[in-house]
Parts: sequence; C-alpha cells; structure tokens
Amino acid sequence: MSALLEIRHVTKKFGGLTANNDISFDVHDNEILSVIGPNGAGKSTLFKMISSFLPTTSGEVLYKGERISNLKPHVVARKGIVRTFQETTIFKSMTVRESVIVAQHLRAKASLAGYFWGTKTAHDDVDSFGNYADDLIEFLGMSEISNEQASNLPQGNLRALGIAIGLATDPKVLLLDEPFAGMNHDETMKMVDLVRKVRDEREVTVLLVEHDMPAVMRISDRIVVLNFGEMIAEGTPSEIQNNERVIEAYLGSADDEIGI
Amino acid sequence: MLKLSAIQWTGLAVFFLAIFVGVPMMIAATGRTDLFFTLTSVGLLAIASAGVWLTFYIGRINIGQGAFALLGAYVSAILVTKAGMSFWLSLPLAGLFAAFVAVLIGLPILRLRGVYFAMITLVLTQVFTLTALALPITNGAKGITSIPLPGELSILGITLIPDFSTLENPRQAFYFTTAVLMVLTYAALYRIVNSRLGHLCRSMQQNEELASSIGVNISYIRVLIFAISSFFGGIGGAVFGSIAQSVYPSSFQVADSVNFMLNCFLGGLGYVFGPMLGTLVLYFGWDLLFELGKYQMLIYSSLLIFLMLVLPNGLLSLRLPKKGGQDK
Repeated sequence: MSALLEIRHVTKKFGGLTANNDISFDVHDNEILSVIGPNGAGKSTLFKMISSFLPTTSGEVLYKGERISNLKPHVVARKGIVRTFQETTIFKSMTVRESVIVAQHLRAKASLAGYFWGTKTAHDDVDSFGNYADDLIEFLGMSEISNEQASNLPQGNLRALGIAIGLATDPKVLLLDEPFAGMNHDETMKMVDLVRKVRDEREVTVLLVEHDMPAVMRISDRIVVLNFGEMIAEGTPSEIQNNERVIEAYLGSADDEIGI
Repeated sequence: MLKLSAIQWTGLAVFFLAIFVGVPMMIAATGRTDLFFTLTSVGLLAIASAGVWLTFYIGRINIGQGAFALLGAYVSAILVTKAGMSFWLSLPLAGLFAAFVAVLIGLPILRLRGVYFAMITLVLTQVFTLTALALPITNGAKGITSIPLPGELSILGITLIPDFSTLENPRQAFYFTTAVLMVLTYAALYRIVNSRLGHLCRSMQQNEELASSIGVNISYIRVLIFAISSFFGGIGGAVFGSIAQSVYPSSFQVADSVNFMLNCFLGGLGYVFGPMLGTLVLYFGWDLLFELGKYQMLIYSSLLIFLMLVLPNGLLSLRLPKKGGQDK
C-alpha cells in the first residue's frame, strides 16, 4: 500500500506550549485511520494542521508527495483533502439540500460571471448540482430530511449533514473531527457503518480524530495514538489494545507517589 | 433566465409603470417639480444602500458607504471639470475607481468581523472627508463647484441622451437617469443573490470556516463583494455630484453612512428590495417629521428603535414570506 498522505516531523508550538512534537506517520490509500489520545493530547491541533486551518511550526504534510501544510484551507480542499467539523458548524439557515448544493462549489465548471449571466454551462452545473445532491442525500439515507432547515435538525443528523457537506466536494481524503462525540451506542454504531460505507462505496480515504474507544476499535484499519503532544504508538486496533504505553496513557501508570 | 411567479411579474410591471409613467404624470398634474429632486435623491441613496445591503449579505456591517459615495462624486467631478471628460464616461469610471479603492482597503480590513469591521468602516467616512480637505486636487474645503450638467451621449451620430443643459427640465432628466440606474442596480443585485455568488455569500455569512473547508476562497469573495458594494456607492455619489453641480468634503458624512445602513435594516436584510423600500420610508419619514421642529430627531430615532424591535427582519417581513438569506 502506498502512502497517500504523509505526516513528516510535524511540530506545533503555541508560545512555550508544545501541542504536537515531531509527529510522523503515513495514511494509506483507501484506509480508515484514527488518531486517538486523551484530552489535550494534541489531536485537534494535528487535525487542523493537516487541513491547513493552522500553520505548522515545523515539519510538513504531503499529499501524493506534494506539500499541503501551511496553505489556505480552500487550496487544500481544492486538492481533495476536506475536513468536517463538529455539529455546531453548519449552514444554519440552509436546508440539507441547499447545504449540499452550495458545498459542490469545487465541481462548478462555469465561472461566477457565467452564473450571473446564466450561461448554458451554468445551467448545466445547476442541474448537475441538484442531481448530485439528491444522489448523495439518498446515499447517506437523509432523503426524509432533505428539505429541513439545518437549525431544526437533531444532533445525530447534524453530524451526518457535516459529512454530507464534506462529501459533496467529492474529496479524496475526508478528515472527520470527532464524528461520534456525544452519541449514544446505537447512534455511534450507525455512524460507524455510514463511515465504512463512505469509504467502501465512494473510495474515500478517511482520517478521523476521536476518543470514543469502542467505536475507534471497530472502525479503524489502523490507529495512531497521541499523548501530551507525542506520538506514542501506531498500529492495528489489536496491536494498540495490547500496547503498554497506550494502556499507561489511558489508565495511568502505577502511581509512584504512593509507592505502589 | 428569470423564473418569477405571476404575482412577481405583476409586481414588477406595476413598479416599472409607477416609476417611469406614474410619477412623471403625477408631477405634471400637480406641478410639484421639486418632487423630481426628492425622488431622485431617494433613488440614488437606494443605489448606495444596495451596496451596503450586499456587504450585509456576507455578514459584514458596513457603515462606510458614505466614503465611497464621496469618492465617486469627486472622481466624476474631477474628470468632468479638469479632464473635460463626458459625464457618461466618468460615471462608470467613478464606480470602478471606488471599487478599486475598496479592494485596497478591503484586503486588510475584511479579515475583521462583527463590531470591529463596523468600527473601521465608520471611521472610513471621516478619513475620506479629511483626505478631501487636505488634497490639492479636491480643492480642500472650497470643494469643486460649477460642474457642468451631463452633456450629450451619442454613438455613431445617434443621440442616445440629449445634452442636459439644453433641456427645459434637467431635473426630470436626472430623475429618469436615476430610475434607470436604480433598476439596473437592483437587477444586478437580484442576479447576484440568486446566482452562485449569492449562494457562496450566504454560506460565508453563516459560517466562514465551513465555507473555506468546502473550497470557497473566502478572502476573494469578501473583497469582490466589498468592491461591488463600493461600485454602487461610487455611482450613487457621482450622480449626486452632477445634480448638485458641486462636491464638498461634507457632501457625504458619517451620518449618511449610518443612514445607508439604517435603510437596509429598515427594509429588511433578507430581501433584495429591502434597501429600496427602506430608503424611501426613511427619507420621507424624516421629512414628514419636519413639523415637529426640535423634537424631530427624538421622535425619528424613537420610531426607528421601535420599528427594529417590532420588525427585526425589516418592513418587507410584514407581507412577504421569508425567503432565506438572513440568519435569525
């Protein structure tokens, strides 16, 4: 398997605080890779650097050998690396369908002026956006809420809407920001199936940041573990489950102070 | 290209009849030619307000339109008086120059959001006024006076627009010019809002981070919108200067900038035609309260506060179903 995304010695410092220290790993084509770690481990920071929402202090992120760190988010999105957000980040007063249509910006063939004057290319685009949106919404099983305003949707659907918006850009790599946060067991399992389906049927490589352990174990092909900004392990779910350093990070080591 | 319902077509037809036939006939019947001037002012202010409305559409409160109206007025006045250029050519150039300056100013300040952007734009009008006072080309506090009326516009010997100074009633000519410009402005605004650019603006208004994550170059769109907005401001200002035949640093002040913004609020931020209605109501509202003398401002502002409390989505929300666009 070839490396699609390469994270190379990525370091992020906020003043004196090192949020990520020399992180390096590869993301392979068409796999689901999870980055996990306790709160404050630097998962979100790493995630933002991969999507160029934050610049790196040093190190770089490569996509197919090309540097994608320290660019603008829309440039990275244009290359096919698209992130999602947690549920509060949506287009509140758009319907699900409108959101998915506007998110197809990168698929547009006509220019903005073309849309203004209503050229044929623009009309074709508009038709194609509508069809693509309906297909995608059906694929995600959201047809029933297609015309609901986003601000009226319950939490579980918002997460799916976030993924729908991300997928509408037709990405090669989808970065998911805590897709299972705040979900109960059933919702989580549904979301796990959905993410797998997205990977299998739309050939999208998925990189996700999460701390729901059971879900991560179930969904991931490989896992990267961070703790206090350091990468402490990398491997398959079963390797990670038996890794001593990971167990230590999550459960705490034998407490030296009381001398056990 | 246009998909309008029967009611919308009727509304449009009534509107056109009213401004191009109804108003001139009514003025001819009553002999109140001063109304031409009043309505021309309303039209021009509505053009500038349309620009402010557009910046609201990307989630920015713009209290600086007066600056660009002033700029447009000066550019046109200077081109006409010093370079001897035809007013009809100076008009688009005034708009374009305002747009160009808006790009330069917009690049740094459009990064700001909310009250910070509003504060900077509020200062902008004052800065432009002071600049006009200081520069030699604008002739300081004396301003530029005796600007000739718009001359003839002809293409290949065919007269499209006659020389205004030969006309019996130049006010009426200005009225028609303004009416046409206003119709063009709002047609453009309608197209922008209902085409892809408008959709992208809405996405940015609701969440800039999410918009950039789907590949929207948000800084480009912001600057583009601010430039279009200022273009409208420049056009409105240029015609104003031509009607008054003079431009002074105080031609557009901070209070004008605030009014442009109020026009949008009053008409409704969710409706393309909101600023037009807002301008009309605000302009005549102020005049109607003239009888109250020293209490004019007090009553006027109380009424505005009351209206904003009762109708936070503007006057048009009274009768039109809400058509997206505005975040509650």
